[in-house]
Amino acid sequence: MNAMFAIITRDLLLVMRRKSEVLTALFFFVVVTSLFPLGIGADPALLRKIAPGVIWVAALLSTLLGLHRMFAADYQDGTLEQLVLSPQPLVLLVAGKIIAHWLVCGLPLVILAPIIGIQFDLDVDSLYVLMASLLLGTPVLSLLGSIGAALTLGLRGGSVLMSLLILPLYVPVLIFGAGAVYANSVGLNISGHISLLGALLILALAFVPWVSAAAIKIAIE
Amino acid sequence: MNEVNHLSKTRWFNWLKLSSPSTFYPVAGKLIPIFWILTAIFGIAGLWVSFFVAPVDAVQGQGYRIIFIHVPASWMSMFLYLVMAAWAGLGLVFNTRLSAMMAQALAPVGAWMAFLSLWTGAFWGKPMWGAWWVWDARLTSELILLFLYLGFIALQASIDNPRRADKAGAILALVGVVNVPIIYFSVKWWNTLHQGASVSVTKAPAMAQTMLWGMLLMALCFWMYSIAVGLMRVRAIILEREAHADWVRQLSEVKI
Repeated sequence: MNAMFAIITRDLLLVMRRKSEVLTALFFFVVVTSLFPLGIGADPALLRKIAPGVIWVAALLSTLLGLHRMFAADYQDGTLEQLVLSPQPLVLLVAGKIIAHWLVCGLPLVILAPIIGIQFDLDVDSLYVLMASLLLGTPVLSLLGSIGAALTLGLRGGSVLMSLLILPLYVPVLIFGAGAVYANSVGLNISGHISLLGALLILALAFVPWVSAAAIKIAIE
Repeated sequence: MNEVNHLSKTRWFNWLKLSSPSTFYPVAGKLIPIFWILTAIFGIAGLWVSFFVAPVDAVQGQGYRIIFIHVPASWMSMFLYLVMAAWAGLGLVFNTRLSAMMAQALAPVGAWMAFLSLWTGAFWGKPMWGAWWVWDARLTSELILLFLYLGFIALQASIDNPRRADKAGAILALVGVVNVPIIYFSVKWWNTLHQGASVSVTKAPAMAQTMLWGMLLMALCFWMYSIAVGLMRVRAIILEREAHADWVRQLSEVKI
């Protein structure tokens, strides 16, 4: 466990030394969501309707931007190989890297989302649901994304390829995440959507670190 | 007792022998014409039944006949993904070269089936629903299945080291297999206007007997086609990967 926390603090420290990369992904999130009203028109009723989908799709894309960084730098300078060789279980180390990625790329989205939501004229109730769905959904994005990041380590055009591999797997999270906000706005019960998001999170937490660890071993050998 | 043991050992040995590319290659070469002939027989019979024997549908008219291509293609696309993932998983666990080659060979066939299913589905949807495309559960999950196939093919194509390509592809295929049902149900709960499944194991099929025969014959035709093309592809992959081996250089089709 200590090794996992060590990895998390190390990755966070590295991010703090190079803030621009992280800020780029967040800035991307804000810019993309701000473009939609410009393209579609400023009708508040229409904006309220498309807000959940737009915010969620932008969250998917900005998570993808940061994924490439999860293992690539460590792969290039050989740190990843040392992690694989270390006596600590690789699964925990991978889990640590995934958590660090979420803290850097997922959590800020949850905090930023209400501001974007206000731009889209969402009411306060919907903002809470949006934040709850993002809080449950973005860790799943980081988890599933780690598989793609590990599989495409060191490949030509790796990050483009990664989006092709990972985006189809994001579909359930998108459906239930945006669905929760939409259901809330039309007065339906959201507990189903939230429970399913929670189930996806638990499922991903239970299996994905092992899969990513296996993928890293394949990339390194 | 000893004799039985000996017998089972030799049979097991023969099966395992097939997993070596050098023995599999000529066997596959002999099997391919058989599967092509079966494809032709089932195809001709199936098309004849579906175009001349099966009655006109009371609601959908003549246009419904596209299901004789559409439904087998959809079945094949889903089934081939399972088979592909099973071969990939076998290759990952037992580290056998041929299983991974098999998975690699089946991926384009499956992707083609998924594409065919979407394409014929669009032709069916236009007269029946008035739209080329609707965002319903089965169309959407078939589309995502096509994306999963394309991802698998793209990942394998971009890794130069074949061993790594095999293993990375296997992991992706297995992750995909776990995800296919999740994606299917999530899309289903999201939105559904597709008609219910017309052939189901649990209840009597809601279609004329001859229609069912036509569809089953066409399904067999698609099976045989997939096997034939899969074997041809796997032979090509074997030649490519084993080009350095002596037995390949001595093949009559390789010698100049």
